Amino acid sequence: MSKETWKELTIGTINLDAGNSVKNLTGTWRSGKKPEFIEENCIQCFFCWLYCPHFAILVKDGEVKGINYDYCTGCGICSVECPSKEKSIVMVKEEIELAGGSKK
Amino acid sequence: MAKLKDLASMEDRLVAGHGLCLGCGIPLIFKMVLRATEDPLIIANATGCLEVCTTIFPRTSWNVTWIHSAFENAAATIAGVEAMYKSLKRKGRIPKDKKIKFLGVGGDGGTYDIGLQALSGAVERGHDIVYVCYDNNAYANTGGQRSSATPFGASATTSPEGSQSPGKLQWRKDLTKILVAHNIPYAAQSSPHRWQDLYNKAKKAFETEGPAFLNVLCFCPTEWKYDESQGIRLAQLAADTCIWPLYEVESGKYKVNYKPKEKKPVLEWLKPQGRFRHLFKEENAPILEEFQKQVDRDWEELLKLESF
Repeated sequence: MSKETWKELTIGTINLDAGNSVKNLTGTWRSGKKPEFIEENCIQCFFCWLYCPHFAILVKDGEVKGINYDYCTGCGICSVECPSKEKSIVMVKEEIELAGGSKK
Repeated sequence: MAKLKDLASMEDRLVAGHGLCLGCGIPLIFKMVLRATEDPLIIANATGCLEVCTTIFPRTSWNVTWIHSAFENAAATIAGVEAMYKSLKRKGRIPKDKKIKFLGVGGDGGTYDIGLQALSGAVERGHDIVYVCYDNNAYANTGGQRSSATPFGASATTSPEGSQSPGKLQWRKDLTKILVAHNIPYAAQSSPHRWQDLYNKAKKAFETEGPAFLNVLCFCPTEWKYDESQGIRLAQLAADTCIWPLYEVESGKYKVNYKPKEKKPVLEWLKPQGRFRHLFKEENAPILEEFQKQVDRDWEELLKLESF
């Protein structure tokens, strides 16, 4: 992100760059668990897409293809609501790398 | 009838990168509502979780024209925008047949409490607007103060449970019926767990000429204090226990859209939520009993209204 000073800001806090929040990667909040997509179990019901609060389900050519970890916060709704016989989304443990300085 | 697959291929009007909590119900509601019309859309958003989290300057999660004015006047703002476009059409500045939809949005704080006057005025004047309230039962954005939508017995930061109080002492306000009392052409209650119900009602609301109102229950892991993966389950339970009935009122005619085969006890909805934990102490048993009785009364009344 380039450094913006007040001189570059639009008057009246008007934002003309519609949808630019996609630059905020909410996936960085995820801690401890993440969903894993198992394609062969998927019945393409789209419930995960429907119920994902962070728009993190990848849909390509009319099919659910996986998870966008840039935005997934790991809430787990997709896994709970997945209706396929064998779950096609399961929550797995995720190791997180802590930023330098917070090692104990 | 709409298919999820087709809806998924539509462009998002609310996009990723918003700062709403993990497991939040608000984006699911608007994922459906914003897909219910393909016309150009102008939104006025009252102060609240949705407004704050989707427009952290200099970013915005909105792909449509979006206005935030203040907490209390989203309905007045959108009514003004609607009136302006009407005037532009009359003056021939834009084509008369150009279709534009106007949407007011607020949480329960900005709708049940602070914005009620503006909303009442806007729908009474008959503006061609849709107003959607996402009701998460509290002022969730400012730390969970009680609102008039907070359920009876719930512990909120301004109605805390303790030795002197069993949580909120008042029964929640029935906003949908207040809007029905304005004799508007369309008012409905919905929930994100039944996406077809929500989508159809939003579509109907947009197609309605004149004011339409949609009240949607919105689960909130932060203030309801439950495991954030269980939101949709809780929404389902709210409908199955008849705490949040799904119904619509078209020109005064009631229709209940979901009647559970077996009405579940309210305990099932209360139990997973931390804000009701204290109700399960022995001394609060009368509160639980009163809760169930009131839900039963409301449900019976709704069924009676439907049969008129």
